[in-house]
Amino acid sequence: MRASRTKANGQPHWLFVFVFAALCLLSVLPLGRLALTGALSLARGGGDGLLSDPALWQAVWNTLTTSFLGMVVAVFLGGGFALLLTLFDIRGRTLLGFLFMLPMMIPPQVTALSWVGLTGPSSTLLKAVGLAPPLGTPQPLYSIGGIALLLGVQNAPLVYLALRAGLLALPRDGMEAARLAGASAFQVMRDIILPLALPGFAAGAAMAFVSNVGNFGIPAILGIPASIYTLPTLIYAKFASFGPSTFGDISILSGFIALLSVAGLLVEERVLKGRDYRIIGLSGRTAVFALKGWRLPCEALLVLLLVVILILPFAALLASSLAPAYGVPLTFKTATFYAYEEVLLRQSITRTAFQNSIVLSLATALGLLLVTVLMGYFVARSSRRVAALVAALADIPYALPGIVLAVACILLFAAPLPFFGVSIYGTIWILFFAYLSSFLAVSLRPIASAFRQLDPSLEEAARLSGAGFYRRLRDILVPLVAPAAGAAVILVFLIACNELTVSALLWSAGTQTLGVAIYNLDDSGSFNLASALSVLVVALVVVMMLLLELLAKNLPKGVVPWRS
Amino acid sequence: MAKLILNRLSKDFGTGRPAVDDVSLTIGDGGFLALLGPSGCGKTTVLRMIAGFEQPTDGAILLGERVLADASAMVPPERRNMAMVFQSYALWPHMSVAENVGYPLKVRGITGERRTAKIREALAAVRLETYADRRPADLSGGQRQRVALARCLVTEPDVVLLDEPLANLDRHLRQEMEETFREFHARSRATMIYVTHDQAEAMALATEVAVMSEGRLLQMAAPDEIYARPQGRLVGGLIGQGAILSLPWREPMPRQLDWPALQACFHPQPGSPLADILVRPQDVVISDEGLDAVVSACVFEGERHALQLLLSDGRVLRAFSRRSVRVGDALRVVLRSGWRL
Repeated sequence: MRASRTKANGQPHWLFVFVFAALCLLSVLPLGRLALTGALSLARGGGDGLLSDPALWQAVWNTLTTSFLGMVVAVFLGGGFALLLTLFDIRGRTLLGFLFMLPMMIPPQVTALSWVGLTGPSSTLLKAVGLAPPLGTPQPLYSIGGIALLLGVQNAPLVYLALRAGLLALPRDGMEAARLAGASAFQVMRDIILPLALPGFAAGAAMAFVSNVGNFGIPAILGIPASIYTLPTLIYAKFASFGPSTFGDISILSGFIALLSVAGLLVEERVLKGRDYRIIGLSGRTAVFALKGWRLPCEALLVLLLVVILILPFAALLASSLAPAYGVPLTFKTATFYAYEEVLLRQSITRTAFQNSIVLSLATALGLLLVTVLMGYFVARSSRRVAALVAALADIPYALPGIVLAVACILLFAAPLPFFGVSIYGTIWILFFAYLSSFLAVSLRPIASAFRQLDPSLEEAARLSGAGFYRRLRDILVPLVAPAAGAAVILVFLIACNELTVSALLWSAGTQTLGVAIYNLDDSGSFNLASALSVLVVALVVVMMLLLELLAKNLPKGVVPWRS
Repeated sequence: MAKLILNRLSKDFGTGRPAVDDVSLTIGDGGFLALLGPSGCGKTTVLRMIAGFEQPTDGAILLGERVLADASAMVPPERRNMAMVFQSYALWPHMSVAENVGYPLKVRGITGERRTAKIREALAAVRLETYADRRPADLSGGQRQRVALARCLVTEPDVVLLDEPLANLDRHLRQEMEETFREFHARSRATMIYVTHDQAEAMALATEVAVMSEGRLLQMAAPDEIYARPQGRLVGGLIGQGAILSLPWREPMPRQLDWPALQACFHPQPGSPLADILVRPQDVVISDEGLDAVVSACVFEGERHALQLLLSDGRVLRAFSRRSVRVGDALRVVLRSGWRL
């Protein structure tokens, strides 16, 4: 028995170094580089040309209006669903909730495509039922209102989740006490539930706003054809017409996006801070109020909404994918799987995209797992302040819109790597790096919460049994966090596979991803091929989500994002 | 095996007040020490330092001649050959009972028939042979605690640490488990350190009791010794029942006082200094003579009535009575014995 100089907590010394080196590489380095270029560009006056450009301010205005209106739509949709599904005796709540969550996990460009296929003069679905408006009528969705509506649909689940979490955390005995004090169900609702749920509303709204600001897929598909640019699509356009001032310009533009997002995130954090009633009283299943005669109309309303925002657009998507050519009427006779054969078997671009997306997503999910298992362990065993710092550094690249991170990666890797002399710019490695950075938080959250729920004495008992760090990791810690780790892998895979925003700026010939392929097919007019690819992507999303549903009962609370 | 020595042990978490402050004590080979004190007194920190989960900021822990830990270096817990029963049992939920118990053997590289035999033996010692293939989740609280104990038994550790092992169990199970612990100690002859805030538990189990308060060791002695001759007001108040009276004091008087000496204290000469005298309830006898008292409370405890008496000068005494008395009744008491703290 020899006294050694290991730390009393039994972690090897390299763990600390590893965690902070990973955070520096994936979070501090790219964002620091972006901040530096933006600051230098402003200081040199390079921003002058940009800042006096009316197109910039038009884009800022478009971003603000679409994001705000989209937030309003999200609050109404998400808030309504959350209140009705959480507090009232609606039948089939689990299924309705799951369906309502779908738009959040479906890539935005697919949402946009499906709605485009639903409305307008060349809608295959409308033609099939003979309701299509005459040719020459403008597509109504190619407008500020159309962008806002779809942003609202896409991000309504964020409001739903935030509000539902708040409602479920309501102390049930508090409501029972109010009933005993003589309050009617309506008074309990008005005096107890709604005031306590208000922070959830506000937080959800702020999250939806931030998500709207950074959204690329929807304004790209709906806005660019009508020359309506938001900040993310303006960056994309500037990047496409590459010039000497491009780097400076896009770093300033993404700075704008970052500022808007940070403002939204600060609002969210502010309102959630006031929500300390969580700890008072037993919070369990929220009391369910009976709707009585209103039940059927309410259920009908929810189903109708789901039909309009989910089922019809995807029926349209399916119809477009089966149509022989864009604009040709679809009947049982003309329906064809030609588009599917084309994207799956013949087109080398889509096949490469499939391969790239799957390999990249798997590599990201598994690579992050190695980092986040150690990081999650470190976070759970650290003091509160260190844990908060690690969580914040990991969160920033994910919380900021993907376009900001993509710009940061471009700036970081435009020049060849020091020491190695090779450039990863234009290769698949820059995408891999950006994915690792962007989805670090997605992987870390479930694993860190699983570690935090582990009783530390489980590890201490293993230490006294004689197990060293690696042995404990293998025998005790990893098996115990395995369900959460599995969920982390699926989540990262799911999100990375559908990624468009980061890839849109970073792809080049041969490294396109699924998201990029869908966008490019649509851009080049192959609407039916884009639809077929989208249908496949939606199917993939649904399968992954169902897989997580199956895992869900073995997972710590809050791991599966659409469950609360 | 050898003596476990804590030498001027201190731990400061940087909160302004040290959690453990200059604690020195020695536990003989095969001893059973109870660390007793109110919550937050530092007893768990002492235990965690002995286990190796915390490093002392000053002082040292020695097992015989070997230094286990001091402020500059420490042997990690995995190389101390100790075992611990945790308040939360700390059973690994993904392993069966047998796997839990056998894990320390597995880590030590003991395999095959030898491991199976040792696991069976350890489970038999806590009467859980038939539960070997169950999961911890399928067991009751008492059974889980016995699995944790079997896990300690299996490797013949030098020191066994018990951190409030009965705190999560109901009263009936506690008595049963106390018996199991006593058996366990007799069988293993391991040095055992038992942390508790329950003085009855400490007295019933341990061969020695160490009382801690605010990070300091107040007194360490055998249970009967610490009960009969507690040092200081804090220990006197913590161990057993009794009333502490502040009485005028005359030198030279012995610390153990009989009735005539006590009686004299109630008729003091002016100017005498005050001393704390502990009077146990069983030494307060209701009698025809003695001090005048009024009953201020009477609680039926099953075997007897516990009385609270108010003396004429406002001091409070505790006493036992076989028969019930009414609150407000006047009676006289004789104090058979008292102990100056």
